[in-house]
Amino acid sequence: MKRELVIIGGGPAGLAAAVEAHNNGINDILILERDKNLGGILQQCIHNGFGLHIFGEQLTGPEYSERFIKKVNELNIEYMLDTMVLNIDSSRKITALTPKTGVFEIEAGAVVLAMGCRERTRGALNIPGSRPSGILTAGAAQRFVNMEGYMVGKKVVILGSGDIGLIMARRMTLEGAEVKMVLEIMPYSTGLKRNIAQCLVDYDIPLYFNHTVVNIHGKNRLEGVTVAEVDEYRKPIAGTEKYVECDTLLLSVGLIPENELSKGAGIEISGITSGPVVDESMQTSVEGIFACGNVVHVHDLVDFVTQESYLAGKGAAKFIKGELSKSKKVISTLGENGIRYVVPQKINPDNVDDSVNFFMRVDNVYKNVFIEVLSEGKTVLKVKRPVVSPGEMENIKIKREILENINFNKLIFSLKEA
Amino acid sequence: MSKTNITCINCPMGCPLEITMENDIISVIGNKCNKGKEYAIREITNPTRIVTSTVKVNGGERPVVAIKTQDEIPKKLIFDVMKEINKVTINAPVNLGDIVIENVLNTNVNVIATANDKVK
Ligand SMILES: Cc1cc2nc3c(=O)[nH]c(=O)nc-3n(C[C@H](O)[C@H](O)[C@H](O)COP(=O)(O)OP(=O)(O)OC[C@H]3O[C@@H](n4cnc5c(N)ncnc54)[C@H](O)[C@@H]3O)c2cc1C
Ligand code: SF4
Repeated sequence: MKRELVIIGGGPAGLAAAVEAHNNGINDILILERDKNLGGILQQCIHNGFGLHIFGEQLTGPEYSERFIKKVNELNIEYMLDTMVLNIDSSRKITALTPKTGVFEIEAGAVVLAMGCRERTRGALNIPGSRPSGILTAGAAQRFVNMEGYMVGKKVVILGSGDIGLIMARRMTLEGAEVKMVLEIMPYSTGLKRNIAQCLVDYDIPLYFNHTVVNIHGKNRLEGVTVAEVDEYRKPIAGTEKYVECDTLLLSVGLIPENELSKGAGIEISGITSGPVVDESMQTSVEGIFACGNVVHVHDLVDFVTQESYLAGKGAAKFIKGELSKSKKVISTLGENGIRYVVPQKINPDNVDDSVNFFMRVDNVYKNVFIEVLSEGKTVLKVKRPVVSPGEMENIKIKREILENINFNKLIFSLKEA
Repeated sequence: MSKTNITCINCPMGCPLEITMENDIISVIGNKCNKGKEYAIREITNPTRIVTSTVKVNGGERPVVAIKTQDEIPKKLIFDVMKEINKVTINAPVNLGDIVIENVLNTNVNVIATANDKVK
């Protein structure tokens, strides 16, 4: 089979990329999705708060993805469900598996990677010994409760204050469970402030910073955990241990981009984001393969996923039509002084429409800072932020004119005290 | 005089708001825009929330379907509304936007489906 554009993953990223590629004149599009339905992880995110930026209203996860599924259907964009992509090579040949016809191959004119992310589990519990049942990731619990209608426990402790953990603290409370506490090993939360207010404070659920689980009790089913305070090196402080009775421990310790396929295609992966290195059009290091959404870097707001995916869809369309400039001028971006990473990592100003929205994350909580953009030691742009935190992605728009006038091939993003 | 500290949740800025009540006069500091002030006053006088959950479905592809209160309801009614939601079972097919409970607990707010479920 030959297709102009193949999109891997039918979550919000894949759907938005498909719609935008279609809007840019590409009709031969195929979305491959391994699940029974389109919508990705948003199907299980039944809470509201999605879409404020894109639609100006607060939607639930399924409502947000339904808007894009509707568009995909209206535009007659083709998709295959229950279809798992097994491999991609650098010449854009895709191998996939579907229960009906077995393994098949597609030669694609362009590819958009939109496989999302998965939950971290490893390293969250450095505790020897057996694992009783009742320990699961917050995302798995979210799926059980919201999609299967199955309550996973009655007395709950949550390890990690990531957004999914916070959302699940409220969800389990509403369904009658007693959520005893949320433990965060760091001195700050990686969750959105909004979620701390509406999921914990509203229900009087305590959040303990600098705390972790040091022991697990119970043979078949979890019976309790020992929690302890940690020092500045994240080592448990002797004498601070406390026993907490619980039958469920939810892990909410972060997400990691899903890039097995990308690695197989020889795509350059950033050691910091764990996602592909991308340019202004969301093209990866392999020509004609684009990427967007959580597969590139973990987003906390789906609205930004959508924005980024529009770029990927448009970039892929331009590539197919031969309109993507390959000029030699490439600016590399770099984070310094508290800025952990910047996406996109490479910019060719010729391919920028009006401006580039740079996304970045900081490595700690800082108050009263400037995010400064520098080239050759000169300040290109400076924006003030009252507070920045690793849990909330920052973004800065830079106009094409400014990018065109940069002579040096490096653009440095740096934090500076105000 | 009473002081309350909350976080504004109306946009990702999440401004820390300090609300002071003195002789029925409410003053707010920390908000970067007017929305924050309005929110602070509402939180002190009549806090409201959207409730999202699921209801059981008969004969659908999925055992449950996602729902929400179409508008915000008083915060103090959250658990009572949850009780009403948990009494309900609906029949497939379910379409996004279908009314699941009309005027729940006389709040003038409907509970509606936020996802689809086909007949199995
Ligand atoms: C458990 C969990 C809960 C989350 N909750 C929230 C939340 O409450 N609020 C929020 O803003 N964000 C949340 N996020 C982040 C959320 O993932 C993003 O906002 C958004 O859904 C990312 O969109 P995406 O399309 O990049 O990824 P996804 O929505 O994850 O979509 C990726 C799709 O690709 C498919 N796929 C992957 N590999 C293959 C393959 N090899 N072949 C075929 N198909 C494949 C998957 O099945 C999936 O449908 C959550 C993430 C997780 C993991
Ligand atoms: S006060 Fe305004 S700027 Fe601050 S969080 Fe609220 S809505 Fe956002």
